[in-house]
Amino acid sequence: MSALYLTLLLPLAGAVLLGLMGYRSVAGWVNVAVCAATFAASLVTALEVLRVGPLLSPGRMFYIDAFNVYLVVLTALVGFTTAIFSRPYMAHEVHRGRVNARRMRLYHSMYQGFLFTMLLALSTNNLGILWVAMEGATLATVLLVSLYRTPESVEAAWKYFILCGVGLAQALFGTVLLYFAGSRVIHNRDDALLWTVLHQAAPSLEPAVVGLAFVFLLVGYGTKVGLVPLHSWLPEAHSEGPTPMSAILSGLLLNVALYAVVRMKMLVDPALGTALAGHLMMGFGMLSFLVAAFSLHRQRDIKRMYSYSSIEHMGLMTFGFGVGGPLATFGALLHMTVHSLTKSAIFVTVGHAAHVAGTQRIEQIRGLLRTQPAVGWGLLLGTAAIAGFPPFGVFTSEFLLLSATMKSWPWLTLPLLLGLGVAFAGLFRHLHPMVYGDRPAGQDPVPANMLPVALQLGLVLWLGLAIPGLLAHWFDQATRLIAGSSLLG
Amino acid sequence: MTDLQGLDISQQLILLLAALVLFTSFAMLAQSRLINLVRVFAWQGVLLAATTALVAHVSGYSHLYISALLTFGLKALLIPWVLHRLVLRLGMEREVESEGNRTLVQLGGASLVIFSYYVALPVVRLSTLLTRNTIAVSLAVVLLGMLLMIARKEAVTQVVGFMSIENGLFFAAVVSTYGMPMVVELGIAFDVLVAAILFGVVFLQIRASIDTLDVDRLNRLSESEP
Repeated sequence: MSALYLTLLLPLAGAVLLGLMGYRSVAGWVNVAVCAATFAASLVTALEVLRVGPLLSPGRMFYIDAFNVYLVVLTALVGFTTAIFSRPYMAHEVHRGRVNARRMRLYHSMYQGFLFTMLLALSTNNLGILWVAMEGATLATVLLVSLYRTPESVEAAWKYFILCGVGLAQALFGTVLLYFAGSRVIHNRDDALLWTVLHQAAPSLEPAVVGLAFVFLLVGYGTKVGLVPLHSWLPEAHSEGPTPMSAILSGLLLNVALYAVVRMKMLVDPALGTALAGHLMMGFGMLSFLVAAFSLHRQRDIKRMYSYSSIEHMGLMTFGFGVGGPLATFGALLHMTVHSLTKSAIFVTVGHAAHVAGTQRIEQIRGLLRTQPAVGWGLLLGTAAIAGFPPFGVFTSEFLLLSATMKSWPWLTLPLLLGLGVAFAGLFRHLHPMVYGDRPAGQDPVPANMLPVALQLGLVLWLGLAIPGLLAHWFDQATRLIAGSSLLG
Repeated sequence: MTDLQGLDISQQLILLLAALVLFTSFAMLAQSRLINLVRVFAWQGVLLAATTALVAHVSGYSHLYISALLTFGLKALLIPWVLHRLVLRLGMEREVESEGNRTLVQLGGASLVIFSYYVALPVVRLSTLLTRNTIAVSLAVVLLGMLLMIARKEAVTQVVGFMSIENGLFFAAVVSTYGMPMVVELGIAFDVLVAAILFGVVFLQIRASIDTLDVDRLNRLSESEP
């Protein structure tokens, strides 16, 4: 348990420390160090869960099981690698004069604050605190989205703030309704928001209220997942904010929001006894997936394009969790992992590519393979991975999701395949000129650390070739928690 | 159905307060001057704090007194005061918002209230006591807050709408379930406070970048770029 407390305390302390010390050249290193320590602590937590099973903290404030512990590790890992990337990247931004020292202090402090709120959201046992942490994550990132203070970035921050704020307000209403349902059957009122208590009492919760609550919760947290039609904040916040933010927004925040939705589904299913929650998730997921796949084609900004790809994949995962059953759930869990590793790696390379070209406009980024081969290859391989090329892990999880759909909803495989094809075409038609071709004048290599990218894409490749037994077992346990039965038996 | 004679005086008072909270939401929709809007918002905060105190008295949950104080401090004094100062500082006290058909907006608000009663039906069926009407009222306050944000174009108005959504949620928590656990309420209060500060900061950024707070002018980002 103490390792978990450490996982939470380290980023919190990091946020305070980096806020106090201000921006100096070591601040980037401190950021990396704190993230590294957090990652180590999260690994220890995971090993503990693996050894003794689900953990409940003494005051029942925190609860860790196979489902959330792997997301904790993933969050800490991507937070760590992105911090490595962020140090030279943001130093370059300071050098270019886009940010000053005061804003760098804000940036570093909020980077840690953001990691803290996400880890808190993942590990808390209290559904109210889950909401508070999700709102906290929004608040921590608003000023980061407007970090460059251009009119565009201020506009993006405003829309992000308003849309996510209103969305999350719906989730809070859903939480209040759940609490209302819970406090009718649970004697100690302070327990009626605890996930462990509610989950036990789920079959006796009032179905009508819980169903209503789920609609609000899905809309609320769905806004943060980026589900269509509440997605419009996402491409804007991604394209206007600093690139390390895009990497952790896409790689982590969306996952955490989806985690919240799935947790709620686990409560709602036994209470309702029908597939209402699953069907709603399938509908929203499929819609987001298709809309995003088609929108990919019209993008002219490289970060916007990849953020639409994030919406597409979050839609696919939501759809997968909605389908339910062990196979689809296993696939969706795996997809959460490989998507967040791949997508954060892609945003890292996109950041470097934009520095090389000096712009984010796709038509002006050309011939990366000649200018800076490491960046070019990173973008090429990353995009191949995210488009679902074998042997990368995304292929495996998409294949699992497709076969699960084939089994329970055969006619839905058609739109899925169509969407995957359309998204593939959209990505590659933009990618091709960006990486191949001649080197335009005035594009020079930039200081880049491609190690995180190589590491993450390597992991994704490994997961595609062979899922290690330990990890498969881990996912399987999580699948049993969510779907009620396990895949591997 | 509700038997009004069967309710004791404090429960009748809570119903009265619920009606007044709903009324302030409509009053906000009707206001065109920013300064008056902020005042009405402050009154909503006062009513909310009074309701919380009353519920604390009726239910005997003493932690609700703390929430009542927090609500009063935050939503009736601090946030309205900050907004008030911002409006004065940005020289917008005389500004009148010109926007579409005010009558239509009011009518839309009325339909939202009916819709809320319809949505809350399953909850009403189970309710003991007061919950029946108040959960519908709080949902209506939430939806009216959203309507205010949609119908207006001034950033300050949108913030007031946002905060009034929070008021509706808080009202739901207090009246239907006698408040959330303390730790959650403290967390929510903290979030609201941070959000209020952030709003102030983003206001200044918007003002600095487009020289007005009319968010309709925030239109540089669009799907179909040239």
